[in-house]
Amino acid sequence: MSDPLYQEYILELYRQPHNKTVPAEFDVRHKERNPLCSDEVEIFVKFDSAGRVTDIGFQGEGCAISQAGISLITDHAKGKPKEELKQMTTDDMLRLLGLPNISPARLGCATLGLKALQKSINNPTQK
Amino acid sequence: MLITKIKQRFPTLKNNPALVYLDSAASSLTPQIVIDAMNEYYQKYRSNVHRGLYDISLKATEAYEGARVEIAKFINAEPNEIIFTAGTTHGLNLLAYTLAPRLTHRDNIVLTRMEHHANLVPWQQMAKHYGFEIRFIELDTTSYSLLPTSFNVIDANTKIVSFAHVSNVLGTIAPAKEIIKIARAQSRALTIIDAAQSIAHIPTDVKDLDCDFLVFSGHKMYGPTGIGVLYGKKVMLEEHLEPFFFGGDMVADVTYADAVWNDIPYKFEAGTPPIAGAIGLGAAVKFIQGIGWEGIIQHEQSLTNKLINQLTNNGVQIIGPKTSNDRTGVVSFVIPTVHPHDIGEIVNRAGVAIRVGHHCAIPLHKMLRLTGTARASLGVYNTEEDIDKLMEGIKNVIKIFEK
Repeated sequence: MSDPLYQEYILELYRQPHNKTVPAEFDVRHKERNPLCSDEVEIFVKFDSAGRVTDIGFQGEGCAISQAGISLITDHAKGKPKEELKQMTTDDMLRLLGLPNISPARLGCATLGLKALQKSINNPTQK
Repeated sequence: MLITKIKQRFPTLKNNPALVYLDSAASSLTPQIVIDAMNEYYQKYRSNVHRGLYDISLKATEAYEGARVEIAKFINAEPNEIIFTAGTTHGLNLLAYTLAPRLTHRDNIVLTRMEHHANLVPWQQMAKHYGFEIRFIELDTTSYSLLPTSFNVIDANTKIVSFAHVSNVLGTIAPAKEIIKIARAQSRALTIIDAAQSIAHIPTDVKDLDCDFLVFSGHKMYGPTGIGVLYGKKVMLEEHLEPFFFGGDMVADVTYADAVWNDIPYKFEAGTPPIAGAIGLGAAVKFIQGIGWEGIIQHEQSLTNKLINQLTNNGVQIIGPKTSNDRTGVVSFVIPTVHPHDIGEIVNRAGVAIRVGHHCAIPLHKMLRLTGTARASLGVYNTEEDIDKLMEGIKNVIKIFEK
């Protein structure tokens, strides 16, 4: 059965999220909360001298959409420069998730990981 | 009256025949007679109250004060003990702001572990200013009832005891009379009941409860939004509670230097009140009385039992008491492997409206080690078919996530 929202890869990422770990070393961390459901994720990022992501991980629970989203954005970020990640839009994130038509109520879930990543770059809380 | 015909009296249900509305704890739907009462005011005698000597203003005053009388009878109070507010949150803030300044660092106030943010955050903020301690009556996390052994947090230094009559997450009914008796015996503490979740589901008798204050909202009892009630014992309103808002209507005399307050309840109703809202709330009270408590309780208990049994039979975990006798029809639940957001999304596809998340009770969820819950809550218009529809949705959730 192919569910329009809960596709198999989304459910797979929910059951076994990618990068759900605290890296041994990291430069910045940021905790982001979805005010609608109070789900909270914390992201940890390590950069090289050129500002490229060398390691990234996260902690925190959430719904299938937010867990899949943060799995995909943390995969995507590896090796990418800060500037490129800062430019990413909501639409980029929805393309990454493969869910272009998500309802407004779930947009916060879909972009939770992206927001956490961008805020960690823009307003870094040092470790 | 036949409960099955009640759906027809709610335009939202008539206009959305496929809607299964199971979110009455957040806000109940409004019957036609409430809308009609407010429309009549707007269309036939729209004017201010307590002002004009002309006919329609007198009629508006009569309708506004008539609603106060209906609401007073509904909770066994006197009409001048009924203050119109914007809702429960407004009432609780008004009490916190007004009562807290008399407290010091030697005093404490007592709440319970199952409070809505509206009966927690205002007190936290006041405690920062006035230094009093906030204590909590504990929750038995197996039976989801308040633990009588923890009632002894109320002691000689307790000045206020404020608690939800019914938990908006667990559905648990607090032993209100018992708590109030202890508060009186220990320290003559002021007692406040947050009746937001009980007012439409169990009878409220303020004389029998013997509480000093009781607050509720119109929109959770089939009334309009933006209206609520603060009940206060006459002696409390006259001698112990100072006005919170100042302006027109609440004064008897004013000079450039000072003012003399009007009588109760008017000294607590500064400015033009929500006239249509009050008239609508009066009509909502008549609607509830028209059905009668016996019918309401029987109907909601029977549906609550069905809801709990069906959920439990499908492996869903109930967060709250398991039988309908010690609870109302606010039923929160979790499916261990599925986030509440995903439950809400999938049941919505079948037109079933439930609430998911923390229900404005984050500390309670953290204490129970839950990130959130899904919550189905009942009103008089719900039917067995509504529960069947919810269960179809729940089975679909399990099917999608169990692979």
